[in-house]
Amino acid sequence: MYTQALNQQDGVATQATPASEDAGAVARFEARVAAEDKIEPNDWMPAAYRRTLVRQISQHAHSEIIGMQPEGNWITRAPSLRRKAALLAKVQDEGGHGLYLYAAAETLGVSREELYAQLLSGKAKYSSIFNYPTLTWADIGAIGWLVDGAAIMNQIPLCRTSYGPYARAMIRVCKEESFHQRQGYEIMLTLSRGTAEQKAMAQDALDRWWWPSLMMFGPPDGESQHSDQSMRWKIKRFTNDDLRQQFVDATVPQGHHLGLTFPDPELRFDAEGGHWRFGAIDWAEFKAVLAGNGPCNRQRLKTRRNAHESGAWVREAALAHAAKRRARAAQPARAAE
Amino acid sequence: MTEAAMPLWEVFIRARAGLSHRHVGSVHAPDAAMALLAARDTYTRRGEGLSIWVVPSAAIAASDPADRDALFEPTASKPYRHPTFYEVPDDVGHM
Amino acid sequence: MSGICDMTSILVAQDAPPLLLHVLRLADTALVLGHRLSEWTGRAPMLEEELALANAALDYIGQARSLYDYAARLDGRGRTEDDLAYLRDTPDWRCWLIAELPNGDFAHSVLRQFLVAAALQPYWRALAASRDATLAAIAAKAEKEAAYHLRHAGEWVIRLGDGTDESHRRMTEALEDLWPYTGEMFEADAVEAALVAEGVAPDPLALRPAWEAMVARVLAEATLDLPAPCAWMQSGGRRGVHTEHLGHLLAVMQHLPRSYPGAVW
Repeated sequence: MYTQALNQQDGVATQATPASEDAGAVARFEARVAAEDKIEPNDWMPAAYRRTLVRQISQHAHSEIIGMQPEGNWITRAPSLRRKAALLAKVQDEGGHGLYLYAAAETLGVSREELYAQLLSGKAKYSSIFNYPTLTWADIGAIGWLVDGAAIMNQIPLCRTSYGPYARAMIRVCKEESFHQRQGYEIMLTLSRGTAEQKAMAQDALDRWWWPSLMMFGPPDGESQHSDQSMRWKIKRFTNDDLRQQFVDATVPQGHHLGLTFPDPELRFDAEGGHWRFGAIDWAEFKAVLAGNGPCNRQRLKTRRNAHESGAWVREAALAHAAKRRARAAQPARAAE
Repeated sequence: MTEAAMPLWEVFIRARAGLSHRHVGSVHAPDAAMALLAARDTYTRRGEGLSIWVVPSAAIAASDPADRDALFEPTASKPYRHPTFYEVPDDVGHM
Repeated sequence: MSGICDMTSILVAQDAPPLLLHVLRLADTALVLGHRLSEWTGRAPMLEEELALANAALDYIGQARSLYDYAARLDGRGRTEDDLAYLRDTPDWRCWLIAELPNGDFAHSVLRQFLVAAALQPYWRALAASRDATLAAIAAKAEKEAAYHLRHAGEWVIRLGDGTDESHRRMTEALEDLWPYTGEMFEADAVEAALVAEGVAPDPLALRPAWEAMVARVLAEATLDLPAPCAWMQSGGRRGVHTEHLGHLLAVMQHLPRSYPGAVW
């Protein structure tokens, strides 16, 4: 998912676990989490819990911010004013979600500036899906339908995650995202009912986005390094494979309704199990994209870095102006001369 | 190198007339005036509010979770503060 | 449906009714400003500004949609808001030149936003008293949006003008670049004169003193020098004589509807 790289090692420096954490404190903490109590910023928490949360929340935030780029690529070319407003509002929401999530991470004692620095240096990860290019307008439909559809599968359970500020941010995110997937599906529906060229555009988008969407849920459960502990701490509430299957089951009938074909010859309905069974995912591609070799990895980071650097003078000036005001206010009022 | 930190502000919004302001999240801004604008642009995009407060995050004093028992436990043993503690016959009617 | 649609560029003749031409002028300016602001997406100097710029862009796009919808009804030939936005060529556009200039750096963008909002806010306020009820309703809504744009951009002008040496230098340059395009916002030609006479539109010239006072106050607080009032002013947008930049903007914006004639999106 947006935090799929949790299952991989990244270069983000984290606080070391103290040699011995008070066993009693750990037990009390785990009992609280088991009882569905929420953990709040000032509460005692194991160092590994804090570390995992910072990584997960910041990866999620980075994904939202980098995720603005592929869709932002089409704002100026949206084919109607209605679509233009909807797309801009959606990409703006992604910026907002990044903002809420960075703020949630900040409650754990890291600053937004530090988190940005980790992203811009290439140390921190973000979702692999955003390293694919948006080549036609249909990609905007496919992203809304598939990528947001996958995201929402993951995000709804996160509304009940054990860390209070993260859960509250996710509640706001989910509430706002409710239009995103519908927006995308409506685009796909319009295209698949449109001209032959438009229908081909929609099929091509499904062909390119289907497998990367399935990869969004992260590696299979057996290979997922951090899953067990995250599940116990209720940072994560379903396994990668469970969520992936839920997504496939929900999405395949929607695709058939569009009259489109999934690029998977092995896709079939298992009537006994009640699930859509899908073919093997190309994990080599997933690993390559996560390692930085996707079609757009370098471009995405470079764009973000350029935006950040070309805004530095603005942030400096704003801080300098605030300092001037404080200095003026601190000056003793001068008597009329 | 990490650049200078943009101050953090906590945002409180009154959703409707008659309600109190409620914490909704935070924003970064250089000063109070810009923090108010940022809060408006971030947290009231779907008609969520009628009034905004912003407070420097650093200005908030919070109770220590370790004091939870000392601060909040004693209140549990004072049921006489609640109306259900008192017996009033049903035929007296609503009181 | 393709084949029926006339794909030649839609012309609204220069001798079309003044009200239609005027509504199109307002719509074109709003859409082009919204489009330019939307180009900031993913590039703003702070995350909070991403949201602020997108909010303003959405306000402008919303204004443009209401105005195009009204223009299409006035035109009465079954055209839609999208036909007017996507199927007219550069010479048929009537926006102010200042709206179509490229964004430049953040200094240029917030200064444009400020200079334009300072003109539009009093304009919408006056237009809200129009004898044309539709225009009055659109203006009443737009006035509130412009008031916020003015405040937001004005706060930035002050901070960047009176911030660091670099921000002051950039703001000074932006002011020199944009100032020659401010005069056009107060021009009234025969089209507007006719509407002014009927009580449908306010006289932009009468609103100029309020704009000058606002600009002088904010620039003074921003420690920026007010440019000389007699400087030569650029003009032509309302007659369809544009800068080189509008054609590129339209080429991008209109690409899909132009490439797939008659398709529905």
